[in-house]
Amino acid sequence: MEISKAEAVSVSNSAASRSTTKSKPAASAPDTELRGAEVLIKALQAENVKFVWGYPGGAVLHIYDALFKQESIQHILVRHEQAAVHAADGYARATGDVGVALVTSGPGATNAVTGIATAYMDSIPMVIISGQVPTPAIGMDAFQECDTVGITRPVVKHNFLIKDARDLAETMKKAFHIARSGRPGPVVVDIPKDVSFKKVLFHGYPASIEMRSYNPVRKGHGGQIRKALQLLLTAKRPYIYTGGGVLLSNASNELRQLVDLLGYPVTHTLMGLGAYPASDRKFLGMLGMHGTLEANNTMQNCDVLLAVGARFDDRVIGNPKHFAQNERKIIHIDIDPSSISKRVRVDIPIVGDVKDVLTELIAMIKESAVKPDAGALAAWWDTIEGWRKRDCLKYDHGTNDVIKPQAVVETLWNMTKSDDVYITSDVGQHQMWAAQYYRFDEPRRWINSGGLGTMGVGIPYAMGIKLAKPESEVFCITGEGSVQMCIQELSTCLQYNTPIKIVSLNNRYLGMVRQWQEVEYEGRYSSSYMDALPNFVKLAEAYGHVGMLIERAQDVEPALREARKLKDRTVFMDFRTDPTENVFPMVRAGSGITEMLLSSEDL
Amino acid sequence: MKHIIAVLLENEAGALSRVVGLFSARGYNIESLTVAPTEDPSLSRMTIQTAGSDEVIEQITKHLNRLIEVVKVVDLTEGAYTERELMMVKVRAVGKEREEMKRMSDIFRGRIIDVTEKSYTIELTGDQSKNDAFLSAIESGAILETVRTGASGIGRGERILRV
Repeated sequence: MEISKAEAVSVSNSAASRSTTKSKPAASAPDTELRGAEVLIKALQAENVKFVWGYPGGAVLHIYDALFKQESIQHILVRHEQAAVHAADGYARATGDVGVALVTSGPGATNAVTGIATAYMDSIPMVIISGQVPTPAIGMDAFQECDTVGITRPVVKHNFLIKDARDLAETMKKAFHIARSGRPGPVVVDIPKDVSFKKVLFHGYPASIEMRSYNPVRKGHGGQIRKALQLLLTAKRPYIYTGGGVLLSNASNELRQLVDLLGYPVTHTLMGLGAYPASDRKFLGMLGMHGTLEANNTMQNCDVLLAVGARFDDRVIGNPKHFAQNERKIIHIDIDPSSISKRVRVDIPIVGDVKDVLTELIAMIKESAVKPDAGALAAWWDTIEGWRKRDCLKYDHGTNDVIKPQAVVETLWNMTKSDDVYITSDVGQHQMWAAQYYRFDEPRRWINSGGLGTMGVGIPYAMGIKLAKPESEVFCITGEGSVQMCIQELSTCLQYNTPIKIVSLNNRYLGMVRQWQEVEYEGRYSSSYMDALPNFVKLAEAYGHVGMLIERAQDVEPALREARKLKDRTVFMDFRTDPTENVFPMVRAGSGITEMLLSSEDL
Repeated sequence: MKHIIAVLLENEAGALSRVVGLFSARGYNIESLTVAPTEDPSLSRMTIQTAGSDEVIEQITKHLNRLIEVVKVVDLTEGAYTERELMMVKVRAVGKEREEMKRMSDIFRGRIIDVTEKSYTIELTGDQSKNDAFLSAIESGAILETVRTGASGIGRGERILRV
């Protein structure tokens, strides 16, 4: 009760707070009278938005009417709101621009929540516009009403409910500014129907905005960077561990310079793949629960760890107590102070934008008289090469009668490695195999849901990317479980001519669940077998696409070749893979990252 | 360990629920929370009393700062500070208890702000331990009702929290 009264106080004072942000108006635009929905369109145009993924409904009809009357923004009608958010999210991951989705009130907003949470966990810049019931109806349990701001609050960087159409332009400016600056993230803007209808004087879209309560740092602290430099250059067993933050900051070139300058080993998290070329010897592969032996052993045994745009999450460091058994000094570069010293105590925190900090660090290294200890480094590399010799990603290729899922990914990589290709995935075993066996050499080419682990993102991600990159080939590596979670989007792919290639590794099991049940639950396969699967070839054909069934190992490459030839068609490749195959290496829950299972013989 | 954190935040709809949501979502505890607008009506000031290890408190202040509407965060317990809480206690006051309650109230520098034939309402201001002490000093059966605002805190001397 006390809380809601205090809220009431804040509401009554909200008008006064408008003066707390400074926005610079656009160059002397003459004032015109526009409806709220038209102001919204002006805002999207000013933000250079080319695509909006969405689904209409009562509360957003004014906005859809305004969309109809313009041409610069293309609206893509999805088949489910979740996919609208995923597609815009995929677009944002591939391009670095802010992805925009538009949904109606009530179920439109609740359907979008999974997509919003997915983007939030991976810090993807997005603006999600949701319709709301008219302001006088809010709180009346109106038709298709829900508290969108309340429901989405824990899974957004910020959200707004616009109660006055006069606030629209400035709020949209804030939304885009917040979404793309600092640690990026999704921002929800909830717009009641009367607000999008109301006519207001439009003074132009603000060219810039300043908020006294939100000023993310960019530049790292010089003194801290200097301390980091000393530590890095005197390391005997150094290691560079990077995550999604390097890609979000577009700092791949800086990372490459740094690694090449120092000659230190480097690893990436699932979200960081592609920042440093996987084909280079200095890259030890992905680390973590399904990381390589060499990546994990190096992590455990290094004496100086440079963590860049990564957050030491549970899938990366395993059991924190085990991780802490070995002493090491940790330097952590991250734009979000709350990511630093959250799970692992850090010795030298550097808060700042990865690109800015790395640029400064590189300049200092070049000027420094101290050089890395070549002798110690050579010995360290010898140790690492010893681990690498174990060849932990080696797998039994089996006979021609059975398709190994790893082989499908490897074949795809071999065929496409020098081409302009994007790979999306869903969540499960196929995701891990894609991460392990597709060697990403470029940033923003590997698009998956790392933090939330959302099944169903693969197809929407692929169609979002294909729209932005029509000249590129987009593959969705998925499984028969995940793919059915957003399969309705095959229809959207046809309508908007976004031909994607679906590589479905169909083992008839929810494979990762089955693997855990084998390892942790003595083989009690509780609800992990999928009986009564659809005929995916016919399903693809029913949606107007091409379906292929591949059952023998020798047919894998020809099938992929044929599918690639069908440039303007979406192709669904149903690969029947070995149902017993597991993802190795594997770190069991609660174990340390060096306590790995390398094959089923370790079970 | 007990910490008192002072927060300046935009006086906007929903700002308070973001703070409360942060504590519940991340499993931090709130022992008390007070909030009201400041002399600048665009700003609210909040005092949060919480407890946790140094690591947890560090995460709490970082996460508070991460909220878009939060302007400034200070852990008052890191330096010299003053804390006050207002408490109102309705007590039974009949027969010889009546004189005793009056005396107890005087000892704790309380004020009787409402009187009936059978009860007193006593107003007390102080840090929380003083208010706790008062409650344990009087006979527990005599307490009819208590209401406490939770702690408000301010830094001593030159320690000033403002925009």
